[in-house]
Amino acid sequence: MNLEKVIFAFFIVLSLTLNFGFFIGDLDDPNHHNVYELYAALVVSLIATIMKFGDRAHIGAVLLATSLVADLQLIAAVLVWTVSVHASEVGLTPSTMSSIVSLSGGALLANIISVIILVTETVMFRR
Amino acid sequence: MQNFIHLLLRRMRLPLIVIILTYAISVLGLVLIPGVDDQGNTWHMSFFHAFYFVSFMGSTIGFGEVPYPFTDPQRLWTTVAIYLTVISWLYAIGSLFALFQDPAFRRVVAFTAFTRAVRNMREPFYLVCGLGDAGHLVVRELAEHGIRSVVIDRNENKIESLRLEDFPVHIPGLCADVADSAILIAAGLEKKHCAGVIALTDTDHVNLMIAISSKLLAPRLPVVCRSESHDSAANMASFGTDYIINPFDTFARRFALMFQSPSMYLVYEWMISMRQAQLTEFASPPRGTWILCGFGRFGKAVRESLSFQGIRIVLIESDITGTQAPENTIEGRGTEAITLHEAGIEQAVGIIAGTDDDANNLSIIMTALDLNEHLFTVARQNLRSNDAIFATADIDITMQTGRIIGQRVVDLLTTPLLYDFLLLARQQDEQWANILVSRVVGVLTDRPPETWTLTISRKHTPAVMEAFDKGIHVTLGHLLTDPREIATRLPCIPLYIRHQNNQETLLPEEDLQLQAGDTLLLCGRAGAETHMRWTAHNAHAVDHICTNRDRPSGTIWRWLSQRQNG
Repeated sequence: MNLEKVIFAFFIVLSLTLNFGFFIGDLDDPNHHNVYELYAALVVSLIATIMKFGDRAHIGAVLLATSLVADLQLIAAVLVWTVSVHASEVGLTPSTMSSIVSLSGGALLANIISVIILVTETVMFRR
Repeated sequence: MQNFIHLLLRRMRLPLIVIILTYAISVLGLVLIPGVDDQGNTWHMSFFHAFYFVSFMGSTIGFGEVPYPFTDPQRLWTTVAIYLTVISWLYAIGSLFALFQDPAFRRVVAFTAFTRAVRNMREPFYLVCGLGDAGHLVVRELAEHGIRSVVIDRNENKIESLRLEDFPVHIPGLCADVADSAILIAAGLEKKHCAGVIALTDTDHVNLMIAISSKLLAPRLPVVCRSESHDSAANMASFGTDYIINPFDTFARRFALMFQSPSMYLVYEWMISMRQAQLTEFASPPRGTWILCGFGRFGKAVRESLSFQGIRIVLIESDITGTQAPENTIEGRGTEAITLHEAGIEQAVGIIAGTDDDANNLSIIMTALDLNEHLFTVARQNLRSNDAIFATADIDITMQTGRIIGQRVVDLLTTPLLYDFLLLARQQDEQWANILVSRVVGVLTDRPPETWTLTISRKHTPAVMEAFDKGIHVTLGHLLTDPREIATRLPCIPLYIRHQNNQETLLPEEDLQLQAGDTLLLCGRAGAETHMRWTAHNAHAVDHICTNRDRPSGTIWRWLSQRQNG
């Protein structure tokens, strides 16, 4: 058992599950989307990205790319949330909520790809 | 580049994760702990405010408690968060600095910079392996000629000193094992701009490895090798090493030439002397009994070359069996008066101090001069750092290994024709050399002559080629004319011409007709080369010199003069 692989898989899957938990629910209803969950998803996703830093294998590079995409999507979602609540008069309207959730949906897709790659790698190299 | 970023990211993984975790924990704590706003209501900090607060707190900027003064539980948590974030920052920055100081990382950075510099070379360069005295001289002289080189040496200090020195062109240097062929490839062995490989390390075996690698990986490249034993020289020659330089043989041959043909030696000395060198005052060594101290590689080479001259040599060697010295050799170092007496110093005409220890060599010379002040002295200098003391000691000829090798290499690379000329010249007699010396002296001031080559081609002499196209015959004399004053000749002497069909002419006459593809070797006063090249590039000058007439160059003037004539 490779501890590095376990920890990395843990973070990848955790970021997928957190992301999924935030994404699920009515698209424009703020009550269905918890801010703590978005926060946790972003932090876990950042850590997963850094764990792939300096990995020279091809699959490591692809994983780095997908988790960078997830980071970007989540940061965009967080920025939309912050700007709408704090920096403008708009507030958390259904339309801003739906754009935040759809951004996190993109991150969810990237996370799913990461997990698929991870599973493929695990299946291919039975070690 | 790839390598260096990978290493950086890999080593910064843990510090970055620690920073993210401490930030995440601090922000979360601030959001969860309730506060009180200015109206006394319970209030929760938003993620945005918490992140803002932790950002300025973690970086120790500290704007205060915003947006409302904190409650005690908040302050308690902030205290924890301050220590967490500050420590994690220190840890991250500390690991970054440790990484930059890490020798392995610096090697990677140096290697990356080196390969990038080699990759960006857009002009011919030589690959110099080994930056000893000889290598240093070669690199410096090539740089003076505007030729670039790439240097590899095992010694870090030598590469460092290369960076500190002020060369007219940038010389990339790498500290690495030159015997490794991967390093040679990284240094541009297989690049199309690489013009040749010069192996000058002080180990014959390493030079051999370099020669083999370059002959296999880049067969088209000329390879110049230093070799101090005949064994490895034969080995190098067996697979086509182009030039093999043995400093001891080279010196011994020149030394023998001093006895055989002093004028020829003078010609030699002039042709190969460096630009800064002064005209040497030549003292011909006397014939008679010579004492040779040290029967190593140097001693053997000198003895062999002098044996033809009918000169008696008395050998002094401390290790007679190890060096296989002949039977009548006197045992001793030669630094003591008693040994020198035994060798008959009072009757000797000259002494050669040829051990591999500079201090011993100097001591031999000083002791010998005490005993017999009329001796002609020859000393072998092994290290360039001893320049100053060898210069002060009253020595007639100093043999510097590095200098001899370096000069040979530079001559081979910058004026390849010189080599051919000197080969031909050696077959001539003393009288021929006398005449040449007096002719060269005739055009010189007090500075030594410069030698240069000129190829008749579109690239190097466009004006001459243009004259050929017009059907004008250009002779060597035309090229030797001073473009500023047609009646006078430039202060230089044509030494040698190689025609396109590889025929060669020694000391060509002035009425020799030039042809495309001829390569000339000339020697003369400094500055003559510039004027000659100016003529070669200026069609009007060639016209003027060849036809002795000033032609109108502009269209209108040409038209006018045609009307006048026609």
